[in-house]
Amino acid sequence: MDNIIWECEKLSKRYGKKVALDGIDLRLEKGKIIGLLGPNGSGKTTLIKLSNGLLAPSRGKIRIDGHNIGVETKKVVSYLPERTYLEDGLKVYQIVELFQDFYEDFDASVAYDMLKDLKINPELRLRTLSKGTKEKVQLILVMSRRAKLYMLDEPIGGVDPAARDYILETIIKNYNPEASIVISTHLIHDIETILEDVVFIQDGHILLHKSVDEIREEEGKSIDEYFREVYRC
Amino acid sequence: MAWEFDNDRPIYAQILEYIMVDIVSGKYNPGDKLPSVRELAQTAAVNPNTMQKALTELERMGMVHTERTAGRYITEDLEKIQRARLNIAKKHAVVFIKKMKELGYSKTEINDLLQKHIELWEAEVNG
Repeated sequence: MDNIIWECEKLSKRYGKKVALDGIDLRLEKGKIIGLLGPNGSGKTTLIKLSNGLLAPSRGKIRIDGHNIGVETKKVVSYLPERTYLEDGLKVYQIVELFQDFYEDFDASVAYDMLKDLKINPELRLRTLSKGTKEKVQLILVMSRRAKLYMLDEPIGGVDPAARDYILETIIKNYNPEASIVISTHLIHDIETILEDVVFIQDGHILLHKSVDEIREEEGKSIDEYFREVYRC
Repeated sequence: MAWEFDNDRPIYAQILEYIMVDIVSGKYNPGDKLPSVRELAQTAAVNPNTMQKALTELERMGMVHTERTAGRYITEDLEKIQRARLNIAKKHAVVFIKKMKELGYSKTEINDLLQKHIELWEAEVNG
């Protein structure tokens, strides 16, 4: 019980008649980097939004670090949404200040170090940045919190390979053995080696929850190859 | 530069082999301190827990040992290192021989071919 950071029980979410999540049970452990993998429309984003209180479950419940979703869980979860929500008119350093005011666990020096590494000028207005650079800024903000659980919804979708390598390096470098990171993606090949566990999700059901090396050992395949096989149309 | 991994085997086993080669080839000397788990994980671009698992296995094999809180060190047992080196070399040799047999080469032909290519290779390396 103690080593569980995230758990849900009989969790369902419907949008009208469409069932996005169909009574799932899942427990995620502390200190792990977990891949939430599934094709588009499988329920990944719904699961992450429910975890961050942006949606309410139709049935069932989620607990994070022993709490129901609310103020207490928002303190410990650092969330990277699929789409940017940052105010376009602000300068990068103003957003850093905003985060510093907003989150007790935010470390501005970490954020400025990463901005420097990625050669992003804090004086620039967000509006003037490319799509990929905006995504990097957002990920930097999220990774600069000392959270217990990071939930990253498609963090590497729009960035170039060099930035992707830097992002993965950043995730490993800032890794705190107590914290967990959930990364949702369909670009498995790029992040496979940094994952410890994977959860396969399809049509609102959990297909499998296993360690990467277990799957490689049992199937003699990479997660990427196995994924393609499981989800073959 | 991230390490390259084959698809069909566990990552921890391949990390273990990389570090083994670094030990037997002399990249690390006997008694050298290994970088921390985090540093190694970053270099290899792998999950720190997977790196930890590989190191634990190397420890079980006696190739590295932990000094309380001071970190991990390469074994000073030279004989052990030589044995590990020979084992790795043997494995490569067996794979090579199997492939040559598949191509229908005889023992003498394999020997001649090896001899010739060692000389070519040395000539190239020495300019």
